[in-house]
Amino acid sequence: MDLLKKLTEVFGPSGREKNISEFIKSEVSAYADEVSTDALGNLIVRKKGTKSKIMLAAHMDEIGIVATFTDENGFIRFSAVGGLYNKDLLGRRVRFENGIVGVIGSEEDNKDRKIPKMYVDIGAKDKESAEKLVSTGDMAVFCGEFYENSDTVISKALDNRAGCYVLIEALKNVKSDNDLYFVFTSQEEVGLRGARTSAFKIAPDYALAVDVTDTGDTPEGIKMAVKSGKGAAIKVMDRSVLCDTFVRSVLVELAKKNNIDYQLEVMNDGGTDAGAISLSGSGVKTGGISIPTRYIHSPSELISKKDLNDCTDLLISFAEFDFGGNRID
Amino acid sequence: MLLEKLCNAFGVSGCETEVRDIIKEEIISYADEISVDSMGNLFAKKNGKSHDKTVMVSCHTDEVGFIISGITKEGYLEFKAVGGIDTRVIISKKVLIGKDKIKGIIGIKAVHLTTKSERESVPKVKDLYIDIGAKDEEDAKKYVNLGDYAVFDTKYEELGKTSIKAKAIDDRAGCYILSKLIEEVQPEYDTVFCFCTQEEVGLRGATIAAYKIQPDIALVVEATTCSESPDVNEHEHVTKLNGGAAVTFMDRTTIVDDDFSKWLYNTAKGNNIPVQYKTVVAGGNDAGIIHKTAEGIKTASVSVPCRYLHSPAGIASKKDIEATYNICKLFLEKIKL
Repeated sequence: MDLLKKLTEVFGPSGREKNISEFIKSEVSAYADEVSTDALGNLIVRKKGTKSKIMLAAHMDEIGIVATFTDENGFIRFSAVGGLYNKDLLGRRVRFENGIVGVIGSEEDNKDRKIPKMYVDIGAKDKESAEKLVSTGDMAVFCGEFYENSDTVISKALDNRAGCYVLIEALKNVKSDNDLYFVFTSQEEVGLRGARTSAFKIAPDYALAVDVTDTGDTPEGIKMAVKSGKGAAIKVMDRSVLCDTFVRSVLVELAKKNNIDYQLEVMNDGGTDAGAISLSGSGVKTGGISIPTRYIHSPSELISKKDLNDCTDLLISFAEFDFGGNRID
Repeated sequence: MLLEKLCNAFGVSGCETEVRDIIKEEIISYADEISVDSMGNLFAKKNGKSHDKTVMVSCHTDEVGFIISGITKEGYLEFKAVGGIDTRVIISKKVLIGKDKIKGIIGIKAVHLTTKSERESVPKVKDLYIDIGAKDEEDAKKYVNLGDYAVFDTKYEELGKTSIKAKAIDDRAGCYILSKLIEEVQPEYDTVFCFCTQEEVGLRGATIAAYKIQPDIALVVEATTCSESPDVNEHEHVTKLNGGAAVTFMDRTTIVDDDFSKWLYNTAKGNNIPVQYKTVVAGGNDAGIIHKTAEGIKTASVSVPCRYLHSPAGIASKKDIEATYNICKLFLEKIKL
């Protein structure tokens, strides 16, 4: 899990994926035939093959905040980068790219917990000293230390560095005749932006997005069939996509054949890169593998190591599957 | 004067012809190629010193307004908003309707007939009507058809030495700047200036314009909100009037490439052009669709601050317009791709 730990610790909010992209690149270069980046900061890693063209995507960006204004006393106003639960922000620590840590505070009169009434306090004595450390437009991510025991991982940014981990492990271990594009996408958290352009460029025959999904197994929690520890979740739908039924059935058959624990996922909330990929170009048959995750978008997201391994095994078998197509170009 | 002509022109989303014709006439002898596409986007190409790369600079020709959706038997016009309009700012305002520019007033039920709850809430567009003084439905139909557009009846004026008052500064300021750039600047790379339609209803013209051009880099020239009114905290001002051109690092639709937004800001600073960041993540513009087009396009925005955006009368600073022009000029001459 050392790789997963490192992945969660590298800075990479939406639109500022340079560090995480470089880290992943250094991890996978030895296993790749081609590595490239594009205008939106997607990292595209190709393992060449002669059969079907497959895009396997995991977003590498994480939620965070962006500094918008520094007042006379050195307090920094901010806006959200991605979907934040505003009610839970007070007292949270954030870390800027240069390592500066601040805590989120609020004006007293803010019952509705609106972000414009909150600020980041980096302990600066005034505007001038604050601006030496943090500039307008700088982003920060949430602090949330990586912890593991024998079965479980708790950390910030498992959404979706856990997905990146699955892709990297698959990339290292897969043996396939398919033409594989492992894409570490940018800007998922702000609207599936990187997936859209990278899928347009690749124009794959089939695609799979690997991301986290909610679970319905916590006390009096949301109603949802997915449970932590019960295996790889094969996506049926979320708010952005109705997965291609052929891709879905291939995943189910592969899980059964290879004795990989799986569960089907219907998520009411949130979308994934699968949505943007399926609608790119002339359309792409797209499915999803999801890692059951509790407390998504909190600094302490929780996943089961077993689920992570099941997702990796399922992704590898999908990447190795013979779709019966030979590449024409 | 060109900016005045552009602001006064009638050009609600979907009927931008009048604006397009003014621009075309202005730039025709300076552009190397001019074309118009199926949605009414106007493209003007200027050849660069280098033909290796393509730059796109875009603005939008449309403005917010209204469309006539019904005529009552009493001769009042029912209407819908085209683009985002705050109903608080439109009551009792003068409008012009259709190609004959029929004069009308946006009316509402008289105050003595309202309930307490009506007086304490913001009226909906469906509670308002346009009154053209017609005596009945038949009379109204002589002047107005269903589907006719209406715009605010506001004339461009100068306020003091530095400010202007007009409707549609969003984004005729951009149209003005692009027209002047076409006339006066020799770009480094082949550059396509796009005057896009239907931005206010969902970035529609830019969707197909960007797909057609697929440039190596794009710059959107816009007007953006400036909410400095006395009861607003400084960190929610978004931009400052007379604070210079506003560079966006992020809005609701785009996170601008970090190097690109910093290049614009720092290049302006280095050349003594007044510049500011847009300091609230709010709003969106054509950059939102352009950057997601095809394989992805690096796209930034630079905007003229405008108070009372999307209202009958906005206020902008001539200095800010000049600063925005100057940043665009530097971009066209100095950017290295």
